[in-house]
Amino acid sequence: MKRANLQLDEHGRLRHLLTIEGLKRQQIIAILDAAESFISVGDQQVRKVPLLRGKTVVNLFFEASTRTLTTFELAAKRLSADVLKININTSATVKGESLLDMLRNLEAMQCDMFIVRHGDSGAAHLIAQHVAPHISVLNAGDGRHAHPTQALLDMFTIRRHKGEFAPLTVAIVGDVMHSRVARSQIHALTTLGISDLRVVAPKTLIPTQVENLGVHIYHDMKEGLRNADVVIMLRLQKERMQGALLPSEQEYFQDYGLTEEKLQVAKDDAIVMHPGPINRGVEIDSEVADGPRSVILEQVSNGIAVRMAVMSMVLGRAPIETGGEGEA
Amino acid sequence: MKISILGGRLIDPANDIDRITDLHIAAGKVVAVGAPPVGFEAGQTIDAKGQVVCPGLVDLRASLREPGQEYKATIASETAAAARAGITTLVCPPDTDPVTDTPALVDLIRHRSSQAGFARVLSLGALTQNLDGQQLAEMGALKAAGCVGVSNAHRPVNSTQVMRRAMEYAASQDLPVFLHAEDASLANGGCAHEGAVSVRLGLPGIPDIAESIAVARELQLIEQTGVRAHFCQLSSERAARMIARAQHDGLPVTADVAAHQLFLTEMDIGFFDSQCHVRPPLRTQRDRDGLRAALARGTINAICSDHQPHDTDAKLAPFPSSEPGISALETLLPLTLRLVDEDLLSLPEAIACLTSKPARIIGQPSGLAVGERADVCIFDPGHYWELSAETLVSQGHNTPFLGWEFKGRVTHTLLAGHMVFGPKH
Repeated sequence: MKRANLQLDEHGRLRHLLTIEGLKRQQIIAILDAAESFISVGDQQVRKVPLLRGKTVVNLFFEASTRTLTTFELAAKRLSADVLKININTSATVKGESLLDMLRNLEAMQCDMFIVRHGDSGAAHLIAQHVAPHISVLNAGDGRHAHPTQALLDMFTIRRHKGEFAPLTVAIVGDVMHSRVARSQIHALTTLGISDLRVVAPKTLIPTQVENLGVHIYHDMKEGLRNADVVIMLRLQKERMQGALLPSEQEYFQDYGLTEEKLQVAKDDAIVMHPGPINRGVEIDSEVADGPRSVILEQVSNGIAVRMAVMSMVLGRAPIETGGEGEA
Repeated sequence: MKISILGGRLIDPANDIDRITDLHIAAGKVVAVGAPPVGFEAGQTIDAKGQVVCPGLVDLRASLREPGQEYKATIASETAAAARAGITTLVCPPDTDPVTDTPALVDLIRHRSSQAGFARVLSLGALTQNLDGQQLAEMGALKAAGCVGVSNAHRPVNSTQVMRRAMEYAASQDLPVFLHAEDASLANGGCAHEGAVSVRLGLPGIPDIAESIAVARELQLIEQTGVRAHFCQLSSERAARMIARAQHDGLPVTADVAAHQLFLTEMDIGFFDSQCHVRPPLRTQRDRDGLRAALARGTINAICSDHQPHDTDAKLAPFPSSEPGISALETLLPLTLRLVDEDLLSLPEAIACLTSKPARIIGQPSGLAVGERADVCIFDPGHYWELSAETLVSQGHNTPFLGWEFKGRVTHTLLAGHMVFGPKH
């Protein structure tokens, strides 16, 4: 039978990381705590720990990426794993060889972990369903569905600045419709029990029934940012100007671009986040992006520690005596 | 071969018969109901005690993948599955490769199916050449070749003018038009119902208005052109309601629903189960209940399989890239019988949705009165069984119903008096 929660093993431990949805609050906290212990590794003279020595990690990127790919690679290397990067040219993707055939081949080369980015929602789930039992899959972004490590590093960054989650008001601003980052952040923030979670965008960028995920919808930026502790800006892809989603970049920036002036209504100690890469002058003004409340670059360095935490938890699971219990 | 079917519950909705009686068949036709004709000597008798005897089932939409996609299935493989499932007449949509827009293709399909000998395969001809929505297909020639209707399958006719002309022309040919109502620009790129599940999983959505807006356009064109029209595989409560209103106003429109739409909803997608990737998409529970109500009221006339057999790889892809469709012939009757168990329909009503009502839409006979064609389905209504890939006859094993327990199983199928499925098969 299909396991209801594919990403946990039979002992409830994290085997894959595919989505934030379905993780318990304690599991998220445990990852953040583990990441805390890895932060110092980056500051040491020898930036390596031997936790994953002898393990092989494969980066399978079907979509272009700079920071996610790089930080995963750095994280794996700091854990002493061997890292293989397979960059699949999206234009020539899997003609002749199916996705699953390719994975079988990599399995035959005794790899231990696949880090997958793919343009289709559900790609990481599909792969996780078909890999050999010793292999773990980390979702590095699938379509519009999820980007769980990004959400975790955002939670890590928020916790470092704000401490407790419960009292927080968080506003996610921009293209929620097409954003896997937003979906994962929403699951993480609701699981962590923040008091007020808002999405702010014109209707064309807000998916139908997003309120079912536990968010409040705002179309007016100033209303949406009022008293916010955390403002998360989402990247606006230039191609959204086509397809009648928005009239122009200028109008978008006018109404939804984050400026110092709009930020005035947020709390004085509000932090500004962005998963990158940023479009200056489209969703965020340079003055804010480079300003004192921006934690955007900190997010990037935290990404390494958080990815080290996830990789070590997933691959470093100690064998548990099962007493003859078979694979469920 | 002369055959007597003895002691079964004969349910013949076209002739309003529901009683325990005998059926006698000779030379491909029913020769007597009740007592055999004088001097009749059956070469074979079928003991049908405790069984239901009804006309062979008529399926208004089954893609057989031939010609064009024989690696998925063939006319021979799928008509064998139809015989296993009690289906004697299949209507094949025109989206074959090449498209069924010439008499030669219609002949080819008929020839292949009669060679296989398991079921009668009727074609829908293309509404527009190559289904490109621009130039009208040669509907007169297609009708002469035996097409029972015309359709643009799942390919949109974006131009309202072309659709109007196509309907006018079809009306002149007295050909019914089979419509898959979907506004292409609203459905563009979608793979799941736009709603709670698509937002959670980040799947590009197809809103229910993609269907109902297209239905609204087609209804006005139907009224304007006077064409006979049939809406295929409705998926939304809203569209069903609009069609009910049109029927109430006297418009000659009919509709069908795929059996899976009466049981599954968007929730069944779970975490990206590509077996639940269908087109039109599975919608909400409210839509499912609305479709059921429309079926019970008679707004929706027929239940079809919307059979789409696939090779394994077609579903072994991330949800949006997997191919839509279910291998559904062998669950058509079992799912419909569930509606009887769930008190939505009486058994004769359920059988009518699979026999007399779809047959009327394509102008085919469906009855077991004396002199009528002996297409017969016999099933054991109390037989419990579980659907498994091993027992599927269809070459496509893509179904979300694997592991479901069903009640009621076909024991014999007769096509024009020939046993095409029975205990020996």
